[in-house]
Amino acid sequence: MTALDVRRGAPHAAILGIGAYRPERVVPNAELVEAIDSSDEWIQQRTGIRERRFASAEETVQMMSVAASRQALERAGVTADQVDAVLVATVSHFMQLPALAPLVATELGCDAPAAFDLAAACAGFCHGVALAQDMVRGGSARHVLVIGVEKLTDMLDLTDRGTAFIFADGAGAVVVGPSEVPAIGPVVWGSDGTQFDLIRSRDDWRDVVTPETAVAMPHLTMQGAAVFRWASFTMAKVGLEALEAAGVAPADLDVFVPHQANMRITDAMARAMKLSPGTVVARDIATQGNTSAASVPLALDRLVEDGEVSTGDTALLIAFGAGLAYAAQVVVLP
Amino acid sequence: MATTEEIRSDLADIVNEVAGVEPNEVQLDKSFVDDLDVDSLSMVEVVVAAEEKFGVTIPDDQVKNLTTVGDAVSYIERAQA
Repeated sequence: MTALDVRRGAPHAAILGIGAYRPERVVPNAELVEAIDSSDEWIQQRTGIRERRFASAEETVQMMSVAASRQALERAGVTADQVDAVLVATVSHFMQLPALAPLVATELGCDAPAAFDLAAACAGFCHGVALAQDMVRGGSARHVLVIGVEKLTDMLDLTDRGTAFIFADGAGAVVVGPSEVPAIGPVVWGSDGTQFDLIRSRDDWRDVVTPETAVAMPHLTMQGAAVFRWASFTMAKVGLEALEAAGVAPADLDVFVPHQANMRITDAMARAMKLSPGTVVARDIATQGNTSAASVPLALDRLVEDGEVSTGDTALLIAFGAGLAYAAQVVVLP
Repeated sequence: MATTEEIRSDLADIVNEVAGVEPNEVQLDKSFVDDLDVDSLSMVEVVVAAEEKFGVTIPDDQVKNLTTVGDAVSYIERAQA
């Protein structure tokens, strides 16, 4: 049998730079409460969210992705033409095809990289980091741009008391590249399709787009309490597994960056994992809301911007959401 | 077999840890929501902690029936039996 040539990858992979784009318009709880007969106090108590950003018509998923990516590339010291692969995690690119990634790659000036979207909902970004790590180590790419972007307001029903005040818009990006030392730990990931009903589009496109019916965007729906239970406790166990896989003791973890789903989930997870009081916990949700696939890189960027974390810190990233898909890994911050 | 008072007392410690309610306030006749100000999300945390502590399973669709501390204690007693 003919033995084929294979490519050799880098010994290890690392996040080389982080970037973010936050839409201009700040939307405080006060703007949303009338339509859902609620109050600022109630929303803050249940979710920890004070305000979020809603994107304008000009702030498209492509525009936000490009802005976050440019910043990540600059901080990583990597040029667009050095990028071999672009992965975009999103559920709010409303064209079935082509994927968003090739459009972003082209606008960035990349040189015909592999580019594709990744549909793992809120867990998408951490899936992307895991793939990027394997691509760099496996030799199929040297520099991978991983983007999490969402414009969830396009699918938000602002009269739905279960979701209207939670979700928001934004983009975050990281550059993953070669490293001499291990700086991205093993991924712990999975899913549970039996629970597809918990967080989903209300309708299948084919059921709403017919000649007989008016075309309406299938809104997002969520069973909050059931998601809370799964996210807070099952995900705490996944976080501990990712720490163990990377050989980092919970007490030694410097930074905890969970998907910004709900402040109460973050608090419950941190409690269940028995993290040390000294661990910095990302609480970007207070001012960004839940931006699905964009939330982990946005939160990470916020911690870097605010000087709360340092180069070389260990950070546990964990993302989870619809399809009960999840992915977690420990990374060393650039 | 734990007595009703032992279960109430352990449950009170859990409610204290999750929601900051004084353990001696957590009496059988008290409503979680109306008397103790334990909201639906805190209730989920209490339930999960109680499942671990008492080695029982409390499905989501049962949680809404646990209005008072007494409801929860008797559910746990039945589940342990």
